[in-house]
Amino acid sequence: MNDVVICLISPAGFDRAVQGLAGAGRRLAEKLDSQLTAIVLSQQSPAIAQEVATVVDKVIVVDGSEYQPEQALSALTETCRQLSPAAVVLGNDTYSQEVTPRLAYRLGGAAVGDVVDITVHEQALHVARQVYGGKAQATIELKRTPAVLWTRSRSFGPANRLSEPGNITELSLEIPIDTRTKIVERKRESQSEQRLEEARVIVSGGRGIGGPEPFNDELKPLAELLGAQLAASRAACDAGWMPPTLQVGQTGKKVTPDLYLAIAITGASQHMAGISEAKNIAAINTDPDAPIFKHCRFGIVEDYRKVVPLLRQKLIAIQNSQT
Amino acid sequence: MNILVCIKQILDPEIPAREFRVDPAKREAERGNANLVTNIFCENALETALQFRETLSDTKISVLSFGASTAEDSLRKALAMKADAAALVINDKTSNPDPLTVAQVLAAAIRKLGSFDLIMVGREAGDWGAGQTAGLLAEELKMPCVSFVDRIEPMNARLRLNRQTDSGSEVLEAQTPLVVSITNDEHNVPRIPKVRDVMMSYRQPLTQWTLADLGYEIEDDNYYEVVDLSIPQKESRCEFVTGDTLDARVESLAKRITEVTSAL
Repeated sequence: MNDVVICLISPAGFDRAVQGLAGAGRRLAEKLDSQLTAIVLSQQSPAIAQEVATVVDKVIVVDGSEYQPEQALSALTETCRQLSPAAVVLGNDTYSQEVTPRLAYRLGGAAVGDVVDITVHEQALHVARQVYGGKAQATIELKRTPAVLWTRSRSFGPANRLSEPGNITELSLEIPIDTRTKIVERKRESQSEQRLEEARVIVSGGRGIGGPEPFNDELKPLAELLGAQLAASRAACDAGWMPPTLQVGQTGKKVTPDLYLAIAITGASQHMAGISEAKNIAAINTDPDAPIFKHCRFGIVEDYRKVVPLLRQKLIAIQNSQT
Repeated sequence: MNILVCIKQILDPEIPAREFRVDPAKREAERGNANLVTNIFCENALETALQFRETLSDTKISVLSFGASTAEDSLRKALAMKADAAALVINDKTSNPDPLTVAQVLAAAIRKLGSFDLIMVGREAGDWGAGQTAGLLAEELKMPCVSFVDRIEPMNARLRLNRQTDSGSEVLEAQTPLVVSITNDEHNVPRIPKVRDVMMSYRQPLTQWTLADLGYEIEDDNYYEVVDLSIPQKESRCEFVTGDTLDARVESLAKRITEVTSAL
């Protein structure tokens, strides 16, 4: 069987996203009895390539300039054509989502996005994804080769390290400059170094928070105490209380923390679609019938204004007693 | 500037989960009592187009939909929001066409409608949410494509775009013709049309084509096929923390949180 290929486009590092992507790729490669190749499109190629080589059979570093939509697509298409892969698997970052359907088109394959599971069924690839805002799950059979998939890579377990690292080769491509579109400015807005998708603990607020101040005065100190990242629902972001980069939900970030603490969030299905891979969900909400509680491991029915200040005191007390 | 906005009519995504049913044999959602609405990102796209026209007056906005005959209502609403022209390709064949079919039908309709400088598509739909229309349409039409755009401004003969990324945003300069996918932002919340304009919209012309009019024949299962659709049963039972006082309950909550976080 031809190789399974994973594509890393400007990866932030050898993080959970890349490791999960390699894990998804490796398990698919085993099912297809094929090898796993990684294409790395990055400015920091040498460092990342060596780390990726610990978990894949072959790394192809494509000469790296900063991501531009048309150039990156052409480079990936050209590299994939040389490999004729059985399947191409990408992560769920902006760039991967952007190139996936077009890459499938150019390779004569078929694309599916937001994939949470990949199986092989009588020689055909079956993938699972959520639909209808997380209310239903669909299994989709790909009818063309290669399958080009972007995945919720962090929800896949990492790949095992190989005893011998994979071979690293560099590929120099003659991609003509395409000036039809050009990224001229890149603005980073994330509040902290760690990305929301990488967070192990998330404290998140919804419409019921009531304004931007309580996010800053109540939720942020709680998040700091827990070593957590702060996030928000679409309602809170659309109201302008929190930046859209911190929005969790179907159209925001899809997060995979060990603990997601939902404060004054009702739990609309579009929000739940963003946290379905969270290990534990806990909620603080005044409404015992709020849908969020149906997904919770534990929770409290109470106004967050009463709970959060007290919760901070209790957590400090516990932390002090432990040290 | 000649702008085309693609619009999809979907089952109201706001219906509560307890009322949501699927037909496993047909592998689609049951309509039930749910309303049909315009996909929100399509309305964000139309709003972005309308605002663009406010800055560049010599702009014409057309709207196009591929769907059931009921999609006429979504197009009428777009006209009421002050789109200039509307066209509907009626899907008389399959109820859930795959993304490549959608892109090919839209491309065929676009070629029949004329030429456009800017084609705008919602980033994904609230039903199947495949999120592939913009990319595949760009490929069909041999145009470049930019995803997750939330603002578009004219810049001499070019366009200046703002788009959302994982970690913030990017500014792009682009030539036309161009395909963009549009995401939501506080600036493109769709306007509510006046009741009078909604009524008037039903008197405006609306082009209707069948697939045969476009000379397009749908090939089933040519790209991918939905082989199963089900509602996951994974409701966990919530343990509500107990205690006689608020203090005791919050203490119990703190302990449960610490159990999870200290295991990390």
